[in-house]
Amino acid sequence: MISRGVYYLVIAILLITGISLMCYQHITYSVPWLPGKKNVAWDIEAKITFQANKENLPVKVSFAIPTQQPGYKVVNETSASPDYGLIYKDVNGQQRAEWSKRLASGNQTLYYRVEVLADEAFNNTLMTVPEVSEILEPEPYYTAMVQIKDAAYSRSVDPFSLTHEIFQELNNQDQNAKLLLNKYKKADLIVKILNLAKIPAQQVTAIKLEDGRRNQKLLTYIAVFNENNEYHIFDPTSETIGLGKDVFIWNNNNSSTIDVTGGENANVNFSIVRNFISDQKAFDLKHNVTNSQGKEYFDLSVNTLPIEERAVFKSVLLIPIGVLIVVFLRIIVGLKTSGTFMPVLIAMSFLQTNLSVGLIGFLAIVGIGLIIRSWLSHLNLLLVARISTVIIAVIGIIGILSFLTYKIGISDGIKITFFPMIILSWTIERMSILWEEEGPREVMKQGSGSLLVAVLAYLAMNNTIIQHVTFNFLGLQLIILAAVLLMGNYTGYRLSELKRFKPLAEQINSPTGQKLEADRLKQEIKELKKDL
Amino acid sequence: MNLWPLKKYCSPFTLGRLGIMGMNQRNVNYIGRYNERALYPLVDNKLLTKELALKNKVSTTNLIGSIKHQYDVENFTKIVKDKSGFCIKPAHGSGGKGILVITKAEGNSFYKPNGQALSAMDIERHISNILAGLFSLGGKQDFALIEDLINFDDVFADYSYEGVPDVRVIVFQGYPVMSMMRLSTAASDGKANLHQGAVGVGICLRSGKAVRAVQFNQPIEKHPDTGALLSNLQVPQWENVLNLAARCYDMSRLGYIGTDIVLDKKRGPLLLELNARPGMAIQTANGAGLLPRLHFVEAFIEKYGYLPPEERVRISQEHFGVHNI
Ligand SMILES: Nc1ncnc2c1ncn2[C@@H]1O[C@H](COP(=O)(O)OP(=O)(O)O)[C@@H](O)[C@H]1O
Ligand SMILES: [Mg+2]
Repeated sequence: MISRGVYYLVIAILLITGISLMCYQHITYSVPWLPGKKNVAWDIEAKITFQANKENLPVKVSFAIPTQQPGYKVVNETSASPDYGLIYKDVNGQQRAEWSKRLASGNQTLYYRVEVLADEAFNNTLMTVPEVSEILEPEPYYTAMVQIKDAAYSRSVDPFSLTHEIFQELNNQDQNAKLLLNKYKKADLIVKILNLAKIPAQQVTAIKLEDGRRNQKLLTYIAVFNENNEYHIFDPTSETIGLGKDVFIWNNNNSSTIDVTGGENANVNFSIVRNFISDQKAFDLKHNVTNSQGKEYFDLSVNTLPIEERAVFKSVLLIPIGVLIVVFLRIIVGLKTSGTFMPVLIAMSFLQTNLSVGLIGFLAIVGIGLIIRSWLSHLNLLLVARISTVIIAVIGIIGILSFLTYKIGISDGIKITFFPMIILSWTIERMSILWEEEGPREVMKQGSGSLLVAVLAYLAMNNTIIQHVTFNFLGLQLIILAAVLLMGNYTGYRLSELKRFKPLAEQINSPTGQKLEADRLKQEIKELKKDL
Repeated sequence: MNLWPLKKYCSPFTLGRLGIMGMNQRNVNYIGRYNERALYPLVDNKLLTKELALKNKVSTTNLIGSIKHQYDVENFTKIVKDKSGFCIKPAHGSGGKGILVITKAEGNSFYKPNGQALSAMDIERHISNILAGLFSLGGKQDFALIEDLINFDDVFADYSYEGVPDVRVIVFQGYPVMSMMRLSTAASDGKANLHQGAVGVGICLRSGKAVRAVQFNQPIEKHPDTGALLSNLQVPQWENVLNLAARCYDMSRLGYIGTDIVLDKKRGPLLLELNARPGMAIQTANGAGLLPRLHFVEAFIEKYGYLPPEERVRISQEHFGVHNI
């Protein structure tokens, strides 16, 4: 056995290293302890994939790229695209990157990456007023549009209130709305109705900036202009004005996001990572001082990795938080769970789905799984075959549930495919055995215990402060490690034992006239030690 | 004056003063320190425990046969051919999981203690489940042991409902430190595991007489099914039981074990199994904490060194008894 001294030394070293690492990052890079607006720079990476034509023909890719906009200053852009020629172009007021290659075949991947500084004071915009296009729609759509426009127009004073009234009318004129929304996308329809009223408007696409996200898609908004060339952004789904917090406009022009000639199945995915930069660097970037382009001396964060990998890395960094919670709840509190770290995996999938969908999904899957499993137990199957059947059944349940919820219109339902299926199947198998052997009460107890741990782990892992600290201070991992090591040596009572042993303690303490055994033996030990 | 704020919870300082051992304490300071990892297989695998016991002349339940492969499962009827009763258990099981006791066999029907009839097919399925690792720790592949049925001593007839009562003795570095009898009840489905509702009766180490009884962590006076007065319980051949338990230390070299012992009508005390992680409920059954006794044994060994089993039993009876003989 390792001596106590070494054990405490290791813990002390871990703690000191961890804390000093965190302080170092805090002081040198002025990473704030708490999340906030302070000197935030976003790295956004677009990953473009497509299949080049089989015949080895020239390929050309034109991709809309973002420009300066209120609140965000674009400070740096790079692209990674082996063997492709690249030029930046302005097409009708929209910046585009154009890659080209003479011979290409098979799957192609291009990266475009932009670094933007969040700067509230920054107010430049390169958005230009679009032309009002002539609306030539077939009947009966044209008449329906006109009806909506007229009703809305009479109650509005300017282009912005008109937009509001159009939203209103679409909700009021049920018949027309149904007819139109069947044919047009909502954003497209509203732009058309505005154009009918001779108001310049266009669709813009934007991306929600969230730290550590992958596989993000662009969202559609509407920009409406008044006669002073000022514009406001409207969100067609929430029907509200304004872009919302941390939303970055990607394509400020009606033009398509991506055009590929000589290829097909083009797809764009965005990954986003947030960085904190020092006051000095932020100042330099704001004022276009170029000497800060070089690397800061010794970069300890994961910022040197590509963005998509960084986003993966960040979610991995959260796992120790969940593990820490499990260790705490088991050793200090004494909760029973089925499967030691199953709750952490469940919590990880809750992170993808969000809590309510996750909880309902979990209960539905386990519940239906248990019913199927109870039927299987009549079939006299071997264990491996039975587990496999449960796994396939779980996949089936997940598939059906996500399909149904999607059809009902809950698009979050699709995300229950993030559940760890194999682990869930084992959970179902174990719970079903538990049910047969110890009855439903024990199943409820352990099941709700696991779920409680999963929810607590989720709440911790989803907490913005905890996320901020784990993502930005690698030193925290060492501190968590030290805490887990310390708890591994905790010999005190568990919270659950304080309750469990309460009757026992009362019984021993009740007066019997005899001397307490603990005291008597203590005396005898003292005598044994005396003549050593 | 009671300053402790929580009504349903006991203060940890009170528990500490009374010497009640908690799970973390047991894991870190006793199991972790006194049980060498490499020796665990000897007790986790019931077949190895049996071989070890035979080698050391520790009497144990009789093995009829074992089934290790799926293709052997059909041989089960041949193995139990002339037996009227037997017990099937997973070699790596614990906590009563996967134990199937058959008290009567008639042709193709096998009867559980509660009278439920099983077909040979049902039993073969149970064996398949054992082989697949359903009852073993971590779902590892396992094998099934078939043992002779224990014919338990008549003195216990009133104290047990549809099951075999066993005596659990905690042995610390060869010294029996605490013991209890576990009686199955209707609630525990004929199994003698306390968390399933069996009755735990603390047994005085000096006299073998009952100290106190609990079910579901609460004191009780009578057996819930048979109505027998539990305070009258006395284990026969008590010295032999303790000697058997104490010798398990020399045989297994594990410093902190729970020994499960049954009393057979003809053969006397038999070792059923060893447990490297015995539970804490024995303290509730005895109304006493384990820690003072463990500390005493540590101090005693420091002073006197190794003593033979009979000596150790004598020391334990002298210091840890509750009743006077
Ligand atoms: N051969 C047997 N005959 C009758 N009952 C038995 C037999 N073996 C075990 N049992 C019953 O099963 C219980 C648990 O057996 P045990 O071998 O200690 O397994 P576990 O490791 O699961 O506790 C015993 O307390 C006893 O009631
Ligand atoms: Mg046992």
